[in-house]
Amino acid sequence: MASAEEVAKAAERRDIRDRWLLSAPALLIIFLAATGPLLIVLVYSFLTPGPYGDVKWQFSPEAWISVFMERDIFDDTLSLAAAHVTIFWRSIKLAIVTTLATLVLGFPTAYFMATRSEKTRDLWLFLITIPFWTNLLIRTFAVLQIIRNEGLINTVLLKIGITPIQILFTDTAILIGMAYVYLPLMVLPIYASMEKLDFRLVEAGYDLYATRFQVLRRIIFPLVKPGVVAGSILVFIPALGAYVTPSLLGGGKNMMLSNLIELQFGQGRNWPLGSALSIAVMVIVMVALLAYVRNAGQSEMRHG
Amino acid sequence: MASSFSIRHQSGFTAIAATCFVVLYLPIVVLVVYAFNAATSTSEWGGFSLKWFQSAWQNTQVIDATLRSFQIGATAAILATVFATMAALATTRTPPYPGLTFKYAAINQPLMVPEIVTGVALLIFFSRIKIFTGYSGLGYLIAAHTAFCIPFAYLPIRARLENMDLMLERAAADLYATPWQTFRRITLPLLWPGILAGLMLAFVISLDDVVITEFVKSGGQDTLPTYMLGQIRRGITPEINAISTVFLLLSVAIVTLFFFISRKRD
Repeated sequence: MASAEEVAKAAERRDIRDRWLLSAPALLIIFLAATGPLLIVLVYSFLTPGPYGDVKWQFSPEAWISVFMERDIFDDTLSLAAAHVTIFWRSIKLAIVTTLATLVLGFPTAYFMATRSEKTRDLWLFLITIPFWTNLLIRTFAVLQIIRNEGLINTVLLKIGITPIQILFTDTAILIGMAYVYLPLMVLPIYASMEKLDFRLVEAGYDLYATRFQVLRRIIFPLVKPGVVAGSILVFIPALGAYVTPSLLGGGKNMMLSNLIELQFGQGRNWPLGSALSIAVMVIVMVALLAYVRNAGQSEMRHG
Repeated sequence: MASSFSIRHQSGFTAIAATCFVVLYLPIVVLVVYAFNAATSTSEWGGFSLKWFQSAWQNTQVIDATLRSFQIGATAAILATVFATMAALATTRTPPYPGLTFKYAAINQPLMVPEIVTGVALLIFFSRIKIFTGYSGLGYLIAAHTAFCIPFAYLPIRARLENMDLMLERAAADLYATPWQTFRRITLPLLWPGILAGLMLAFVISLDDVVITEFVKSGGQDTLPTYMLGQIRRGITPEINAISTVFLLLSVAIVTLFFFISRKRD
């Protein structure tokens, strides 16, 4: 006869099996239509481009070489691919500046929201949630209408007698657009940590003759740092891979990585290079995520 | 000392916050106002008119794309919510078991990869399958949308489950309810607000997607966002403002509903 222990073991095993069966459909569809195909991209990045797009099944490191290098068509020598380097640099730079801009604007906003009375807090939260869930394309389009040459900014400038400025199709336009669309992504996580902030600590700081800035820097900021880090990651990752904003506001010349990738799958007809570039973007994102995980782990150890 | 030393005050913060809220809403307000512009140009005000709404309504491409968006959104949201509910039941209220961390990571994976990369990956994978099977219908878009909607649907459902204890379910089992009866009569009604929130999030996320759809769609499979992207690239008419305004209203309605449902449970 089975002992009580064996019966319990069998029940536990059955429970775990049931739990796998229950999660199978979700795992399967994610594997088929999200995770699995990423592995194919990795394989494609080591193949030879086909004449009309797609690939020939022939190993070649060429795509990876041309991520950063250019082969001279006459003498086959390699040199730094200036165009690609520029686009990588522009994407990383714009993603970082966007993150900083949203932080500078979003931190005070989150603080303002968190210091309202309990009742009005919900209203402010609602006001920041609406743009968050509003179609990104529509919000980019809204920015486009403001900053284009015949847009609100230039119309106003013209009215008060200042020469209009060209904003659209510049890096500044991409920056404005990205900061605009990703701002709620920064505010929400900072607000979430700010809401739990214990203001008795702030009071204690003032009792000990701290200035407002000291309180901000030494008490408030360290306590809401997990929210700041989470917000920065939430902004940095989509900003680095942004597609809609740079293609509408940046024009054809000011490409970001996603536009370069798209080009390889369209007119460029170089799927392996497109794949290699995609993997490169993923690597940058992974590095950022790892930094986040390490940071989150550390602050958890310190605070709790 | 002056009567109003507030420990909550930080100089300039309120001004920045006010600027942020104005800047967040101003472009949207301008966009909506110009949807009612009688002039063809999007910079001159030519009087109030509903003609752009009318012209959008009579544009068969717009109607087609809208219906397709809803069809994909509804199917993907329902599938994603059902799968996410099952997955949430399988990953909460249990002592850690082998593979649990893997499941969390796998379910959240679509959130961690830039959309452009997923788009490219699906373009490659699905183009192979299209050649292999000859099928080129909406199934690919529905599969892709279901996959990236799952983590969003999973979030509120899991949060709801984690706040539910197993006491009522145990009581039901003690009273000889079958596992299915327990689920149907106890777990499901308690979980319902979470499921509803998940369903709405998934629907909004699917409705908003541009990048992945742009790469996965075959010819003639424009959704409303990809159609609008194409139109904006070609040049702006107030018709896009009109479509955006209707789209905005819909999003706001869903978000408001979601907001009240998720507030209520606290």
